[in-house]
Amino acid sequence: MSIEYFEEEDVPHVLAVDDNLIDRKLVEKLLKTSSCRVTTAENAMRAMEYLGLKENQQQNHLNGNGRKVNMIITDYCMPGMTGYELLQKIKESAVLKDVPVVIMSSENIPNRINECLEKGAERFILKPVKLADVKKLRRQLTKC
Amino acid sequence: MDVVSQLQRQFVEHATSLYREGYLDDQFTQLLKLQDESNPDFVVEVVSLFFEDTEKLLNNLTTALQQESIDYKQVDAHVHQFKGSSSSIGAQRVKNVCVVFRNYCDEKNLDGCLVCLEQAKNEYLLVRNKLEALFNVSL
Repeated sequence: MSIEYFEEEDVPHVLAVDDNLIDRKLVEKLLKTSSCRVTTAENAMRAMEYLGLKENQQQNHLNGNGRKVNMIITDYCMPGMTGYELLQKIKESAVLKDVPVVIMSSENIPNRINECLEKGAERFILKPVKLADVKKLRRQLTKC
Repeated sequence: MDVVSQLQRQFVEHATSLYREGYLDDQFTQLLKLQDESNPDFVVEVVSLFFEDTEKLLNNLTTALQQESIDYKQVDAHVHQFKGSSSSIGAQRVKNVCVVFRNYCDEKNLDGCLVCLEQAKNEYLLVRNKLEALFNVSL
């Protein structure tokens, strides 16, 4: 059991959050092509549940190794909770604040970009996402 | 020339004309790059998803624009989704219609929206036909 987890630890595990089905599939493929293990979520609430950030959930390291996430990549515009709000929640979490968060958006709005970067986003990527964007992120992950 | 090379050449020629005519842009090339032995049907899968998703979106848009009192925010939300998916697969002409469509939503301009809806439907059908023909060539 422990050997499996050790091998899995070598491959970065990325949580990809996007309400658009096609974008989710594309980002998932881009990440897998760049040798990442991927979990997808269709909105911020689902992402928070997965990460153990919802109000009644216990936050603990022992919450199953499969849940450990090396990076979170999220769309900005999502119904309900935005990617920015998700970023905020992650940065407020003692357990997750050091996990790099990447924001994606189809809209090139400088204020939005600055806001996200100031809140601690690792990077802001303009959609449509390309292989070169993900390869850059991947290189960064190996440095972590 | 063997059959495989011939088919590949036909595919490239066919795809090139779609780029030239503006139906597809560089993002479609990105999809092609992602296809490999471990996932040989990736492009067809994504494109099929796009077709299914679009049919639903177009129906939702048609309904939303037929309401007594139109919720332009809702219409805009649908167009935003449509713009996103078409952009992600490289369907350039569809995406361009969506950009104009969103402007009309902002202005709450019903006539503009209805024209764009028609255009979006037409461009979608065009690119759909082209893509289906493209994949028939490559099989």
